[in-house]
Amino acid sequence: MTQPSLLQRPTLDKPFAGPDAPEEKDLYTCVHCGLCLTSCPTYLETGLETESPRGRIALMRAVYEGRLPLSPQVVRHWDLCLACRACEAACPSAVPYGRLIERTRAQVRRRLQRPLRLRLAEAVVFDHLLPFPSRLRTGMGLLRLYQRMGVQGVVRAVRLLRPFPTLASMDSLMPRLPDHFFTARGQVYTPRGTPRGRVALLSGCVMPLVHAPTMRACVRVLTHNGFEVVVPREQVCCGALHIHAGRLDGGRALARQNINAFLGCQPDAIIVASAGCGSAMKEYAHLLKDDPAYADKAHAFSQMVRDIHEFLVALPFTPPQAPLNITVTYQDPCHLAHAQRITQAPRRILQSIPGVRLVEMHNPSRCCGAAGSYQILQREMAERLGQAKLEDALSTGAQVLATANPGCALQLEAGARKRGLPLRVAYVIDLLDEAYRREASAPG
Amino acid sequence: MQAPSALAHALRRIVGEKYVLTTPEALLVYAYDGSVDRSLPGLVVLPGSAEETVQVVRTVREAGWPLVPRGAGTGLSGGAVPLQGAVVLSLARLNRILEIDPDNMRAVVEPGVANLDISKAVQPYGLYYAPDPSSQKACTIGGNIAENAGGPHCLAYGVTTNHVLGLEVVLANGSRVWLGGKLQEEGGYDLRGIVIGSEGMLAVVTKIVVRLLPLPEAVKTLLAVFREIDQASSAVSAIIASGMVPSALEMLDRLTIEAVEPAVHAGYPKEAGAVLLVEVDGLREAVEVQGAQVEAICREMGAVEVRSAENPQERERLWAGRKGALGALGRLAPNYLLLDGVVPRTRIVEALRRIRAISEYYRLPIANVFHAGDGNLHPCILFDERDADQLRRAKEAGGAILKMCVELGGALSGEHGVGLEKQEYMPLYFTPEDLQAMAKLPQAFGSADFLNPGKVFPQGKVPTAFRPTTRLPADAII
Ligand SMILES: Cc1cc2nc3c(=O)[nH]c(=O)nc-3n(C[C@H](O)[C@H](O)[C@H](O)COP(=O)(O)OP(=O)(O)OC[C@H]3O[C@@H](n4cnc5c(N)ncnc54)[C@H](O)[C@@H]3O)c2cc1C
Ligand code: SF4
Ligand code: SF4
Repeated sequence: MTQPSLLQRPTLDKPFAGPDAPEEKDLYTCVHCGLCLTSCPTYLETGLETESPRGRIALMRAVYEGRLPLSPQVVRHWDLCLACRACEAACPSAVPYGRLIERTRAQVRRRLQRPLRLRLAEAVVFDHLLPFPSRLRTGMGLLRLYQRMGVQGVVRAVRLLRPFPTLASMDSLMPRLPDHFFTARGQVYTPRGTPRGRVALLSGCVMPLVHAPTMRACVRVLTHNGFEVVVPREQVCCGALHIHAGRLDGGRALARQNINAFLGCQPDAIIVASAGCGSAMKEYAHLLKDDPAYADKAHAFSQMVRDIHEFLVALPFTPPQAPLNITVTYQDPCHLAHAQRITQAPRRILQSIPGVRLVEMHNPSRCCGAAGSYQILQREMAERLGQAKLEDALSTGAQVLATANPGCALQLEAGARKRGLPLRVAYVIDLLDEAYRREASAPG
Repeated sequence: MQAPSALAHALRRIVGEKYVLTTPEALLVYAYDGSVDRSLPGLVVLPGSAEETVQVVRTVREAGWPLVPRGAGTGLSGGAVPLQGAVVLSLARLNRILEIDPDNMRAVVEPGVANLDISKAVQPYGLYYAPDPSSQKACTIGGNIAENAGGPHCLAYGVTTNHVLGLEVVLANGSRVWLGGKLQEEGGYDLRGIVIGSEGMLAVVTKIVVRLLPLPEAVKTLLAVFREIDQASSAVSAIIASGMVPSALEMLDRLTIEAVEPAVHAGYPKEAGAVLLVEVDGLREAVEVQGAQVEAICREMGAVEVRSAENPQERERLWAGRKGALGALGRLAPNYLLLDGVVPRTRIVEALRRIRAISEYYRLPIANVFHAGDGNLHPCILFDERDADQLRRAKEAGGAILKMCVELGGALSGEHGVGLEKQEYMPLYFTPEDLQAMAKLPQAFGSADFLNPGKVFPQGKVPTAFRPTTRLPADAII
């Protein structure tokens, strides 16, 4: 009835191997105290230990030790993990869960045949799109055309995409694309007032396309505070999506390219507006620690990375003078709150804007379900969490839901659009920029 | 005994397909709790309501399987570890707060609600739920009841049983009854009090009426740093002797401080040999006076530094080290065996000295975090379970410490329960007659050999520490 080998002597081969296997010391740091359970969105939704951090680590350990075969049934539980790292922030033993799940996913990719459909889709996205800004731009350009020419309306009306759920969910996530994308061309923006220094800005992969206006807002906010802003031309996607999907080598290749691109222009700091990218870039040091040619550079690079809110608050930034008169609630992006442990800076910025009333929602740091490609691959859980987040935001009575990460913004915008909610989703930086601009245009 | 597949089928009809788990990977993650013991369940079932719980209990009973209730699995004595391939009944989905009655200062909750979530929910009414185990953000109120959990603030306010008015329980025969109710005194036998602390062996708790307290007007937290643990212990005695009853009086020893600092950055100085955390609460003026008094006593006893905090953020920071202590010990070793013995407060210094000797004898580091105010020690033995000899030594050292507690005139368990961890040590403290009287209870409840079998009562296994081959040298612990 029970299988004693599950608990005792290993009987199977050990499928985790190679340099990207989860590290033994990380696995054994977990003392199964369970204090992380109530911070885990998937545990809270399901009540199942299999969908909890402690359960996932126990399964990693069992597979690692050869007590449990690496099977699709086991992988399912890791797949449902959002990699939001709320558990990591809650864990008193400092178990580096983010690292564990990334490496576990790398092992799964190495050892298990994924369904062909998934592999093809992944290959297109990870190998042929994300690493190439120009291809992404072209793709999005076509998409924009599709939206503008009314084709999207027709496609949605006749539910043309119904047989392709992945495409359909991507389509429903897509906001109206901006008229002009933000492109990294090596351009330099001059500071206003007395120059305080020079920073390099990550443009990213998705954000400069779908949220180009926010990228411009970042530039304006930084120059307003006296910084020269460089947008290095050779930069690429930060690699976070690769790394989260367990494609560590793909992530490393991108990391090296970014290190070259950014260190080359010798900035005082590397500024990142997307929480997910910032957290990945702060971890380049660990990602490349075994690469003799890059280990030191990666370390130096990671030391220079600053989330834009973190950077502004540390300056400190010039508080805006013009009022906005809105009620705002802020949702903590996982990769800002849990991975980078930054929760106060964005709130301070909001509170600095005259007329902004900041009201806290219930559970502001619970994952909104976006989690990179999760919203496409694990639609049901993503929707449940997205809905819960919108409910929490609505019940504060806020007009604006502020965030700091493109994935969250997309997911929340799509949810609000779908339900026709009177809720504007904006980046914190958008609001700061609006206040600055209003100040500039105010008479006198 | 019914075949597992037939039982699974019957249970799926009650709770739905998704909430009966039978696959190896699922059973594996219900084999453990926060303790060192583990054992695989036969299957796992998660009902979604009290009604479903009734049907589950009946069905499992009729199928002839044992049943083990489970909350969050943060228990430290193996209470939720299923022996004999029992069915695990997880109450994690019964997690609703059903009623908040601020006027009468009580709330009705389901057992799977996390302890801290009660206080969060009633905070807008200026109320809170007092018992605060260090695991409070995760452990469930159902588990708290089964273990009669305590916490740092139980010194002044009492443990779980002092804050629970009534329980709705499902008995072994599947009937659903209320024990106690919404009033402080209901008359009749106090069956509520019997189920509290019964470690899941008498009944399955499905609803709880908790008593709430008004949030104190003022709270002051003081953190005193001492070079030597003896100085800190003297300060504890002096504080109590002065007639004050602080709401909390907690101590961390050097090894714990070393573990905590890098994990939570509580800001403890390097040279600290012991940290004492004292909290006083009540009316504003009284708190000021008491705070000053505590500070004076600590300085007199040789504190090198005394910090105080009044606003919630600063208090949180001072507490962070204490609350994160056990978890942080996980950084020092892959496993820990956390004990929970009690000694008379006046003998704390002696107990700590003996624990040091035991640590040296068994060659395993032992950290100490404890509720100093009531002499509830939490020695924490660090080891690596992959090394069979270390596991054996850890268990033996644990036995030696428990024995020492009893010798010093203390008790076996302060708050974590007996479970698997301490069952073989029960005869140290209880006479055969005591144990026989206790054993009548599961029989009276009709739950013997059905609910959480094999726990608490000694099973006749030789307690590891007393095997004839492992004699301790006299000077090691005496
Ligand atoms: C880091 C850490 C710190 C801790 N600090 C403290 C502390 O300060 N004070 C303290 O007292 N404890 C402490 N504990 C121990 C533990 O958290 C408590 O014993 C807690 O009450 C267990 O709750 P749980 O929901 O995790 O129960 P579980 O571990 O799941 O179960 C514990 C017992 O309760 C039974 N049970 C659970 N739910 C029910 C129910 N609904 N009906 C009937 N029986 C049930 C189970 O069968 C089992 O016997 C700590 C644990 C950890 C890991
Ligand atoms: S990950 Fe951390 S918090 Fe969670 S069970 Fe392990 S040690 Fe405890
Ligand atoms: S990363 Fe998020 S979803 Fe994954 S186990 Fe941790 S808390 Fe749960």
